[in-house]
Amino acid sequence: MSKRIKVLKTYKIFIDGKFPRTESGRYTQLKKDNLTIANVCLSSRKDIRNAVLSARNAFESWSSKSAYNRSQILYRIAEMMEGNKNQFIEELILQGEEFNKAILEIDQSIDRIIYFAGWPDKINPIFGSVNPVASSHFNFTILEPMGVVGIVASEENSLLGLISSIIPIILSGNTCVTIVSEKLPLCAISLAEVISNSDVPNGVVNIITGSKDELAPHLAQHMDVNALGVNIDNKELKNQMFFQASNNLKRVVDVSKYKIEDSSFESPYIVKKFMEAKTTWHPIEKDFTSTNNY
Amino acid sequence: MILDLKTKVDKLGIEDRVSRITKRSLKSEAKLQGLKMILSMIDLTTLEGMDTNKRVEQLCYKATHLHQELPELPNVAAVCVYPNMVKTASNSLKDSEVKVASVATAFPSGNSSLEVKIQETKEAVFNGAEEIDMVISRGKFHSGEYNYVFDEIAIIKENCGDKARLKVILETGELGDYDHIRLASEIAIKAGADFIKTSTGKIKPAATLPITLVMLEAIKDHYYNTGKMVGMKPAGGISNSKLALQYLVMVKETLGNLWLDKHWFRFGASSLANDVLMQILKQKTGVYQSNNYFSKG
Repeated sequence: MSKRIKVLKTYKIFIDGKFPRTESGRYTQLKKDNLTIANVCLSSRKDIRNAVLSARNAFESWSSKSAYNRSQILYRIAEMMEGNKNQFIEELILQGEEFNKAILEIDQSIDRIIYFAGWPDKINPIFGSVNPVASSHFNFTILEPMGVVGIVASEENSLLGLISSIIPIILSGNTCVTIVSEKLPLCAISLAEVISNSDVPNGVVNIITGSKDELAPHLAQHMDVNALGVNIDNKELKNQMFFQASNNLKRVVDVSKYKIEDSSFESPYIVKKFMEAKTTWHPIEKDFTSTNNY
Repeated sequence: MILDLKTKVDKLGIEDRVSRITKRSLKSEAKLQGLKMILSMIDLTTLEGMDTNKRVEQLCYKATHLHQELPELPNVAAVCVYPNMVKTASNSLKDSEVKVASVATAFPSGNSSLEVKIQETKEAVFNGAEEIDMVISRGKFHSGEYNYVFDEIAIIKENCGDKARLKVILETGELGDYDHIRLASEIAIKAGADFIKTSTGKIKPAATLPITLVMLEAIKDHYYNTGKMVGMKPAGGISNSKLALQYLVMVKETLGNLWLDKHWFRFGASSLANDVLMQILKQKTGVYQSNNYFSKG
């Protein structure tokens, strides 16, 4: 019998629920000990453009799903990851992680999805409010998703960092375009495959590989992106992005301030960061017999 | 009328040429020039049952004020409305060069008596329509009554007089194959159409590149035979700049520079203008744009 030829995976990007190669046709070789591990797409600004377009188109239907339904879908991502554990472990090891740490990271990642999957229908009960006002109005505040969020994910923690960026953002109804770790991109693409198998509608999550220096500014100045979640150490790039984000008053959140590895990251406050408060003054007939204040 | 019914369309040839045209790409300065040309050729259209006077006025305002940040832009060519909105549009546009176009002849089906169609046309022209977009009787065409179709176009043309130019909508989505489209184009051209137009926008498929090419070829042959120019208007389904630029390339390569003018080429579209504006702004600023910052129109 002849020796079996190994079947290697082509790592492609994730836009609108599909796995295209980059529009530019460029790629880079990911190496370890002078051996090529994978060819990775070196995406261009046009891939960013296409991804933002797909995220924008996905926003309306994703944000109008019931919060409970979004919860179920997020839980489904965790279920699918559990089934694909080995693949993630292999990739983490390939990227230089030790076996024990790789297992820890995948377990922590799945648990984190489960944690946040519980939140969609509890955000507004907790952060929303009925406000006392002096006039005859019923005045209340609810939190709404912001729209398309641009994410620049952490360079380290290629899996846990990515999940900690994406899940809290999309759970409230936002859609996202994510530029992933430049040197550790393998898990990101496998995560995209899991997401595409998990009832997450096309375009809610888009994943782009390539040079952050080249891509991030286009995301930061895109007029159709409503907020940025940035987790990078490069101060110069970060400042440049925050400056560019001012062109349409994007909200910017410096995610690098949070301790991603720590369980203290698991809190609804990170979800709130990517939501907009809306206050409504609803006219009512003043009921003078009532004793309550609103 | 004698029609040469033997003109067969080379289907593979047409599609091959279109596929080569779609691979061209216009960049920087040429692209900007093309985008501005597209703007100047747009017939901004609203043809909904729920059209109101205010809606038409708003569209007319948009036609003359495309985007305040870019004052040097050309206006669109025309605003296209239903006959009962012609007065409103005409009033709103009286101080501008933007033309008022009206659909007529029982748009979009065309299923009405000739008397009614003539009356509708007369009324639209009387109320100030400078362009009439008529539909042909597809039922009659499919029954082989080509003379009826021809006569109908001729009589509507007569009723437009010298006040309005006549665009003839073939509704290619209902005509079937390229040979039928070629035949319908020839009937319309010979009956006196100033423009031939692909679609009403109510039927899918609407305008496509191959169908438009078939019609452009008919225009070209007519020009070679008689020396007379006829305009072309693809309508429906052209919503982005990239596609519109491909149409321009096709017109230039089939008919030449003479037709690269709003007098001879138009786009029937409602959402194309905003996409072109966003592309122009992207070209000038280097920043991708958002639909939120452009008037809905």
